[in-house]
Amino acid sequence: MQPDAPVLEVRGLTRRYGRARVLKGVDLAVQPGEVVALLGPNGAGKTTLLRVLAGLARAEDGVVLVRGRHPAADPLAARRAIGLVEHRSLLYGELTPRENLAFTARLFGLDGAAVAAAVERLDIGKHADLPVASLSRGMVQRTSVARALLHSPSILLLDEPFSGLDAPSAARLVSLLGARRAEGVAVLLVTHQPEEAWSLITRVAVLHGGRVVVDRPRPSTPAETSRLYHEAIGG
Amino acid sequence: MGDAIRVALAVAGKDLQLELRRRTALLAATVFAALVLVVFNFARDPTAISALDLAPSALWITLVFSSEVALNRAFHAEAEHGALDGLLLAPASRGGLYLGKCLANLIFVGVVLLVAVPLFILFFNLDPTTGWTGVAAVLVLAAVGIVAVGTLFSAMAVRTRFAELLLPLLHLPFVVPILIAGVQASTRLLAGRPLSEVGGWLRFLVVYDIVFLTLGSLAFSTVVDE
Amino acid sequence: MNDPMARSRAMVRWGAAITATALALLAAVMVRAILYTPVEVHQGPAQKIFYMHAPAAWSAMLAFSLVGIVSAAYLILKDERLDRFAACSAEVGLAFSGVMLTTGPIWGKTVWGTWWTWDARLTLTLFLFFLFLGYLALRAAVNDPGERARFAAVVGILGLVLVPFIHLSVYLFRTLHPQPVVLKPSAPSLPSDMLITLLTSFGVFTLLYVGFVTWRYGIALAADLAGGDDD
Repeated sequence: MQPDAPVLEVRGLTRRYGRARVLKGVDLAVQPGEVVALLGPNGAGKTTLLRVLAGLARAEDGVVLVRGRHPAADPLAARRAIGLVEHRSLLYGELTPRENLAFTARLFGLDGAAVAAAVERLDIGKHADLPVASLSRGMVQRTSVARALLHSPSILLLDEPFSGLDAPSAARLVSLLGARRAEGVAVLLVTHQPEEAWSLITRVAVLHGGRVVVDRPRPSTPAETSRLYHEAIGG
Repeated sequence: MGDAIRVALAVAGKDLQLELRRRTALLAATVFAALVLVVFNFARDPTAISALDLAPSALWITLVFSSEVALNRAFHAEAEHGALDGLLLAPASRGGLYLGKCLANLIFVGVVLLVAVPLFILFFNLDPTTGWTGVAAVLVLAAVGIVAVGTLFSAMAVRTRFAELLLPLLHLPFVVPILIAGVQASTRLLAGRPLSEVGGWLRFLVVYDIVFLTLGSLAFSTVVDE
Repeated sequence: MNDPMARSRAMVRWGAAITATALALLAAVMVRAILYTPVEVHQGPAQKIFYMHAPAAWSAMLAFSLVGIVSAAYLILKDERLDRFAACSAEVGLAFSGVMLTTGPIWGKTVWGTWWTWDARLTLTLFLFFLFLGYLALRAAVNDPGERARFAAVVGILGLVLVPFIHLSVYLFRTLHPQPVVLKPSAPSLPSDMLITLLTSFGVFTLLYVGFVTWRYGIALAADLAGGDDD
């Protein structure tokens, strides 16, 4: 792999959701150390795109490359490379955060130290042994992020990771992601409010009508980004 | 293969943890099994049919319906909050995930049977020393076959409308060959016939289990991966 | 013929034509069976229903096998035409197994003296009927076309694998069905008049299957096109 070859790349990606064709030829590439903010109106296919990239849904047409390789060639390696935070928690409500993370660790073949470190990193500590179903939205969200980061993936796919987080938790997540970016982790961040992670973002892409209609370096201000976005979606 | 076993044990362990956390499902299934036995006892004319004649039917109907209860809830926890997707994101073979779910369901059915069988012996006045090692083997082989197909169908049914109706509709035709083999074998064993006399039925169950566990391991990916 | 809508209309036309031909031939076979084929000595006139019962069983089994085989092919090739064919074949198979289940007891009552017996082949038929029903119920319960096709294919394949298990277990359970009369390794034991009638009827029912499926496929194709892409 060349030094600045994209770690995640899609070309001509199409995918239906039910009968509707949601993705109609998406082209996108994310380099190591980049944080790409993916913007788009509701129903633009952002969630579907993340699911395809995470390997949860198959592309009907087009190419997905994870670290330069087709995921089907080595699905286990591709899954080790990716961490996903969705709008659903992907957790078991009746288990505690610690038990959820321990289970994920077992699936990934990690030891207990990884779980302890994750609990520490996201400051879940005092809630780590209560059932997830009894926790606040923000605490569940932190556990979801901990789950996605547990196996130190080189690609992070984040769907509105700041939703439900209070300001201190959001700031903590931003600094956490910043540290990961510095290590060369590539981040694709689906968001409605890029200003939440403004300091992290290196590039901005807009998904509209099933295609990436804007893909450029981050503008200098959030206002400029907002103007660009509304121009792109014609609103 | 070692990887599949590691994954299967992790999944089964997690499912048992969940079961112990709520207990209600296991408790309900056990009470349900006991009630089926009671209902069966009264669903006969005691002057016309002796309890012993009806005993194998009662045992097998109890196993079949308790299994459907177990299988119906097998993927509920996975469906909530997208936990199944959490499983699928892990670098784990789909065959391993399937075997783990099978193992958890098998343990669930096994626990129900551990309560139901002594009750069955009690209610039907059976001799607990006659033929029970053989019957236990037949029950285990049968439960494996039921769970092998049922786990796969349960993973589908949970993603459909009318899951609770659809699962037995799809699954019961697959249970009938097991039921026939199980009733035939256990009737003979309970009557004190030697194990060698039911060797054919045991082989039948073993072949069924191997065929459908293999197919299930292969087909699980088709069911869960979009 | 590249226009899919025209193709679906052509399939409906062809399907209807084949079905009409098959039905006309079926009438002819029935006339031959009733008027020109000798009455079987032991079973009497009731045996005539056999000319319909056995071929319907054949068509149901054919439909079921094709559902299983085509399902396997679908999982490999992911071609939606295969899925559509499997669905049509299952519906047609359900109808044939329905015919078989209604004609069976009529014959059984006269010849065996009972409407229903749990004999091996009659039971297998009943299971085909249930498996077709389950298959179609599953299809109806899934919204996403891709998911529906995958789930249905799994059930189709497992159903076909189940058939020998049902057959063997029910056979060992007990059986009093007349033994196969045509496909014995030795010379067929039916008198040649009856044999010709029976074999013709097998051919007609196969044609009827082809006609029904072609027709149904055309309709299904049109429905899919109408409901098609929301682009």
